Amino acid sequence: MSTMTFGRAINAGLRRAMEHDPKVILMGEDIGKLGGVFRITEGLQKDFGEHRVLDTPLAESAIMGTAVGMAYRGYRPVVEIQFDGFIYPAFDQIVCQVAKLHYRTQGAVKMPITIRVPFGGGIGSPEHHSESPEAYFTHTSGLRVISVSNPQDAYTMIQQAIASDDPVLYFEPKRRYHVKGEVDESVDLAATSMEDAHVVTQGSDVTLVTYGPLVPTARDAAIAASDDGLSVEVIDLRSLAPIDFATIEASVRKTGRLVITHEAAQSGGLGAEIAASITERCFNYLEHAPVRVTGFDIPYPYSKLEFHHLPDLDRILDGVDRAMGRPNSLSGLER
Amino acid sequence: MPLNDTASAGEDTLIQLLSPSGVRRENSDYDRWVADVDGPALQALYEDMVVVRRIDAEATALQRQGELALWPPLLGQEAAQIGSGRALREDDFVFSSYRENAVAYCRGVDFTDILRVWRGNASSGWDPFTINMATPQVIIGAQTLHATGYAMGIQNDGADSVAVTYFGDGATSQGDVNEAMVFAASYQAPVIFFCQNNHWAISEPVGLQAHVPIANRAPGFGIPSVRVDGNDVLACLAVTRQALDRARTGGGPSFIEAVTYRMGPHTTADDPTKYRDANELEDWAAKDPISRLATLLKSMGLMTDEFVTAVDAKAGDVAAKLRAGCIEMPEPEPMDVFKHVYSTPNSWLDRQQENYGRYLATFESGPAATEGSH
Repeated sequence: MSTMTFGRAINAGLRRAMEHDPKVILMGEDIGKLGGVFRITEGLQKDFGEHRVLDTPLAESAIMGTAVGMAYRGYRPVVEIQFDGFIYPAFDQIVCQVAKLHYRTQGAVKMPITIRVPFGGGIGSPEHHSESPEAYFTHTSGLRVISVSNPQDAYTMIQQAIASDDPVLYFEPKRRYHVKGEVDESVDLAATSMEDAHVVTQGSDVTLVTYGPLVPTARDAAIAASDDGLSVEVIDLRSLAPIDFATIEASVRKTGRLVITHEAAQSGGLGAEIAASITERCFNYLEHAPVRVTGFDIPYPYSKLEFHHLPDLDRILDGVDRAMGRPNSLSGLER
Repeated sequence: MPLNDTASAGEDTLIQLLSPSGVRRENSDYDRWVADVDGPALQALYEDMVVVRRIDAEATALQRQGELALWPPLLGQEAAQIGSGRALREDDFVFSSYRENAVAYCRGVDFTDILRVWRGNASSGWDPFTINMATPQVIIGAQTLHATGYAMGIQNDGADSVAVTYFGDGATSQGDVNEAMVFAASYQAPVIFFCQNNHWAISEPVGLQAHVPIANRAPGFGIPSVRVDGNDVLACLAVTRQALDRARTGGGPSFIEAVTYRMGPHTTADDPTKYRDANELEDWAAKDPISRLATLLKSMGLMTDEFVTAVDAKAGDVAAKLRAGCIEMPEPEPMDVFKHVYSTPNSWLDRQQENYGRYLATFESGPAATEGSH
C-alpha cells in the first residue's frame, strides 16, 4: 500500500500497463514533454520514448482515427482527450468507427482503445472545460464506459480498461485529481471487474446512486443524513455502460427508495436510465418514485455560477428528503 | 454561381503513358517504374480490367433484378484501381471507400464477399486481415485516418510495408482527409493518399469541392503529389510504384490524384441524367481505360483471338460464380443481430438478447414454445 493522489494513481496505472505490454501506446495533445495539462502522463515519454508516448497535432478526430489505424496494426492505444468539451470533433470516429468496427467486421477487427476523458466541473474553468458528456457514449452500442472515483479504482481500472479488447471510455473527475488515497499497487487485476458497482456506504433507508466526482459528496451526504437519523446506502456505479443493475436492484429491494445524482444534465441522462430500469426491475419494492438530483438542462455555466448547477451535499440531502417523503424544497407541489 | 472547373481541366498536365487513342507515350520520369511491364504483363492488366468491369456489370444487373439492395458501380475507374492495386505488395494494407471493388479484386477477395454488404447479409464482406484490406468505409474520408494510423504503426514496427487509402474528390472536403495529411506529414508515415477524382460526388461536380487541382493541396501539407491520367492503367501503376518506393525507403507519405470519370451513377439508387450533361459522358467514353489498352495490345499483335476468347471466358466464369454465390448466400439467423457488438459478454445486451429470444419463441409451435401455448 502506498498513499498517492488520484492523478498519480492514473499515472502509475498507465506506467504498469506500458511495462506489461509493449503494444500499449499513449496519444494526445501535450502529453509528452509537458505530461499533459493535468500532468497525468508526466515522465512517461521520458521513460518509454517518443514512439510510445506521442504528442499529436491538435486534431481530436485525427487522434481518434489514427488510434483506430494503430489498433488495426495490433496496438492498444490510450488516447487522452484534453478536456471533456474537446471530445466532440472526435465524436464521429468514436461513434462510427471505434464503437462499430467489431460488429461491422463480425469480430475480425478488435478496437482495444482506451479513451481517457478528464470530465466534470468545479475547477472554475471557462466554457468547454467542465462538461459531463458521458450519456452520449453510454447511448452508443459497442462502447464500454467507466468512471472512477478514488485513487485505487483509478489505478486498477485504467489497467483493466487497457486490457479490455473492447473500446473503453474512462472518465476521470478532474476536480478530484489531487485527492489522496491508499493504493495497493500489487492488486490482482483479474480479481475484480470494472463492471461491478460498489456499495460505498451501507444503509437501509434510501439508496443513493452516483459515480465519479460526486461519490465523495454522496458519502458526505450519507454521513450528514445519519446525524438526522437516516441510513443512506451509497453506490458508486464505476461502470456506466453497462450499469450493474443487479447491485442497485438488491439495494433498492432493501431500502425501497432511490436517489440518483450526477453532474450531467438531467433530461435523457443516466439518471433517467437508472430510474426506468430499476422501476422495471423492482417496481413493487419502491416506496417512492425515483428521485434525480442532477445538473440542469443548460450549457455548462460560467464559473461564478457553477456551484448552482452542480449538485452538492445539501441538494443531494434535499433529494433524499424527497425520496423519504419528508419536508423538502418541493413539498406541497405536485411534481 | 458559376463553378470554376479548373479542378477538372488541365489534361495536358496529367502524367500519361498511354494516350486515349492507345499510343504509348515516353516519359523520362516514369518509364523506369514500368520498365518490367512486358506484353504478357500488359495482357494481364487488360484481363483484370475486363474482369472487374464484368463483375461490376453483373452486380448492377443483380441489383436491378432485386438480388442486391444497392450497388456502387466503378464503371470507368478500372485503370485507376487496377493500376494502383496491382502495384501493392501482399503485406501492404488498404483502407478504401465503398467503390474500390477492383482493388479488392487485386487483393484476392472472394468475389461473392464483395456482395454481402449490398445484399444486406452482413455489415462487411470479409475479414480484413485475410487480404490486408479493410472492408468498405461508408463515412466519407474516415478511412484516411485509419490508414495514417496504421502507417504510424508500421513505422513503430520498423517494417517496410505501406498503408494505402482510397477516397474520392468529394472526400477531400472532409476534415478527416485534411487532418490525415497533417498527421501523415508530421510523422512522415508510410501512407499513400490515392484520390480518384471521378468528377462527381453524387450530384456535385468536382468544381464545387475544389477551385484548384486537388493534387495541388498536398504540397501545402508537405506531401509530394502527382496528377495522373486515371484512365491510364500503366501510368497509375507507375505513380503508385513510385509512391510505394518512397514510403518503403523512409520518404514518407505521397498523394496521388487519379483523374478519371464515374461513367455510371453514384449508386444504383442515383439518376445522373438529372444533373449531368450527356456530352460529358461521350467525351469520357472516348477516353475509356480498357479500349485504349486494347488498341495498344492490338498494335503489339497481342490481341489475338485466342487471348480475347480466354479473357472473355474468364470474365464470364467470374460473373457466373458471382451470381451463383450471391443467390446461394446463406441467410443470417435472427439472433445474429446481437453478435459481435462486444468481444466479451455485456450484461445489458445479454438481457435484451435473452428477452428477444423468449419473444421469438412465442411464435414457434412445438417444444420450443412457451408453456402457455400448449
